[in-house]
Amino acid sequence: MENELFQKMAQSILDGDSDAASALAKEAVDAGIDPLEAISKGFVTGVNQVGESFASGQAFLPELVMAGEAMKAAVATLEPEMQKRGVHRTMLGKVVLATVEGDIHEIGKSLVGTMLSASGFQVYDLGVDVPAARIIAKVKEVDANIVGLSALLTTTMVKQKEVIDELDKLGLRKKVKVIVGGAPVTRDWVQKIEADGYSEDAIGAVAVARHVLGL
Amino acid sequence: MIRPKLELLDIDLVNQIITEGIAILENPGIRVHNQEALEILANAGAKVDFQAQVAWIPEKIIRQALKTVPHEFTLFDLNGNPAVHYFGDKIHFDPGSGGLTIIDSQTERPRLPKTNDLIKFVKLVETLPQIDAQSTAFVCSDVTPEIGDLYRLYLALNYMNKPIITGAFRKDTWWTMKEMLSAVAGGDQALALRPTAVFDVCPSPPLLWSETTCQNLIDCARFSIPAQLISMPLAGATAPITLTGAVVQHTAESLSGVVIHQLVKEGAPIVWGGSPAIFDMREGSTPMGAVETWMINSAYVQVGKALGLPTHAYMGMSDTKIVDAQCGLESMGSNFVAATSGANMISGCGMLDLESCLSFEKLVIDAEMIGMVKRFVKGIEVRDNPIALSLMQKYGHKGEFLTLPHTRKWYREEQYMPSDVIDRASYEGWKSRGEKSTFERARDRVEKLITSYQPTKITEELRQELRVITLRAAQSFGMQSLPPLPQGE
Repeated sequence: MENELFQKMAQSILDGDSDAASALAKEAVDAGIDPLEAISKGFVTGVNQVGESFASGQAFLPELVMAGEAMKAAVATLEPEMQKRGVHRTMLGKVVLATVEGDIHEIGKSLVGTMLSASGFQVYDLGVDVPAARIIAKVKEVDANIVGLSALLTTTMVKQKEVIDELDKLGLRKKVKVIVGGAPVTRDWVQKIEADGYSEDAIGAVAVARHVLGL
Repeated sequence: MIRPKLELLDIDLVNQIITEGIAILENPGIRVHNQEALEILANAGAKVDFQAQVAWIPEKIIRQALKTVPHEFTLFDLNGNPAVHYFGDKIHFDPGSGGLTIIDSQTERPRLPKTNDLIKFVKLVETLPQIDAQSTAFVCSDVTPEIGDLYRLYLALNYMNKPIITGAFRKDTWWTMKEMLSAVAGGDQALALRPTAVFDVCPSPPLLWSETTCQNLIDCARFSIPAQLISMPLAGATAPITLTGAVVQHTAESLSGVVIHQLVKEGAPIVWGGSPAIFDMREGSTPMGAVETWMINSAYVQVGKALGLPTHAYMGMSDTKIVDAQCGLESMGSNFVAATSGANMISGCGMLDLESCLSFEKLVIDAEMIGMVKRFVKGIEVRDNPIALSLMQKYGHKGEFLTLPHTRKWYREEQYMPSDVIDRASYEGWKSRGEKSTFERARDRVEKLITSYQPTKITEELRQELRVITLRAAQSFGMQSLPPLPQGE
């Protein structure tokens, strides 16, 4: 019976169906199923399958993104139950994401957020045109261990360095890893500003995030 | 003669797209992150929320703007001659711009460009007859980023005769660029009368004017400097996935630009342009070489023409990282669609890697494509009447057409003469010339063309003035001196 439910949960992720995922999560709660098991045996199975499908060229970004949304919906529905039981999902890390000040390009960053969130990271997406001060404030507030900075313009790329310098000044640099991305970002730039990692695309960002945390 | 023309939409669909574009501006409206523009719209009768920075523009205002917008304008070269006529189905080409890297001629890999690279590029464009206008092709890495936009213009003005398509990255640098253009023209009035430059201004998809680009739009209107709207819906990511949906969004964004622009100054010149693309669902990139990208471009150009505006498109580009076969096929297909669609200015030659990289060799190869498509849209002319009857009666059984005055009279009209970048030799001929690839032949041609470049008539006085303007801007951003221009120039 449980296995059937877990299969349906995985399918809802494959289908990118947020409503179904939510409903199945509620079903699990009502049936007294351990929410962490629902996640790891049900929904995450679906996430992994979508990931494999994408890698083999059978699923594409829309499937990936919608799977991420469905996962979010499922987790949100299970949250109250997890709190009640005093259990929490072991997140791989806490990531603050932002497109730097003066830059309004968003898609890449949002895709990274979706991928990281679906893979088990706690993501705080601050949006676009975010001043360094606000990024730092969020990092401190949530005790993040990764900051992801996106920039699409050579003129705004320099702000990535600004955030790194700020973290340095505040003595946070060792604790907080910085990963950067965006079209003008090159390996040379990453070395120059002493960022911890970078990915050319959203899909690779998950591996980079895991790598910088030593996972 | 039929001018070959590509139209992907029937008139009913065009009208439906326009109707929906107008409806979008009424609901949900357009986001405008520029205080001055919001005030202009409010004063004209649009409903405006100054807090949320949104404007809802009624159809009446849009129709009025479409009435005052000019259907054509002319760009002049620096000698004061008309050079580019933005009108009807006349097509012109300029290189892609805003690039960050260039392909190194020796390594065939990208690198950061410097002052000398841009100068070489400008000179190359001057020597290529197929290319009608300059562009501020790429940002020079040897100057402080804040002057990245105006520095390109400064360099170009020193070496160009052809008009230029450019753009600013900031509000303040727009003024510096205008000052340069004005100095060359002999004053703001002279510049307005005989424009030598067009400024690209880009709304952000979906449905947003940022403070900077909106300000550029307003300032261009004020000084009657032609503004080229570059709406860039990315279908499936920042615009609807359907090709028609993307065109509807393009229509809405562009109409909002026309409205703001015409409210600032009725009759100021503006171009219905763009740089849309599909969103690649595997790589998350925006392929300019995708056939669907070309289709979106062709469709919105058709909409612009239906509205009576001059048009533009970002076409003729490739997504490859090196100048290879994919580069050729994508650029050619794109150029073909753009030319047959009749966009007045087609930006993109020389550009590759998802609109981020320029190549001297690709520019030269693209020039051949441009030559071909320009020939194609000239169509098939009758030439003689009867076409060939008398000829055949006289020479039909001899077959020595190569010897005829008739052949000599018409061959240069009938055939586009490619340069040696295009190889049509026999196998032995190709071997004896060094067995060169397209890239290698193009590289040779680049060097040959550069040596044929003739300096322009720009006065030393004017060069000084341009340098002073540019230096002042550089110093205001902490850069004390400019890279020197090459000796003896």
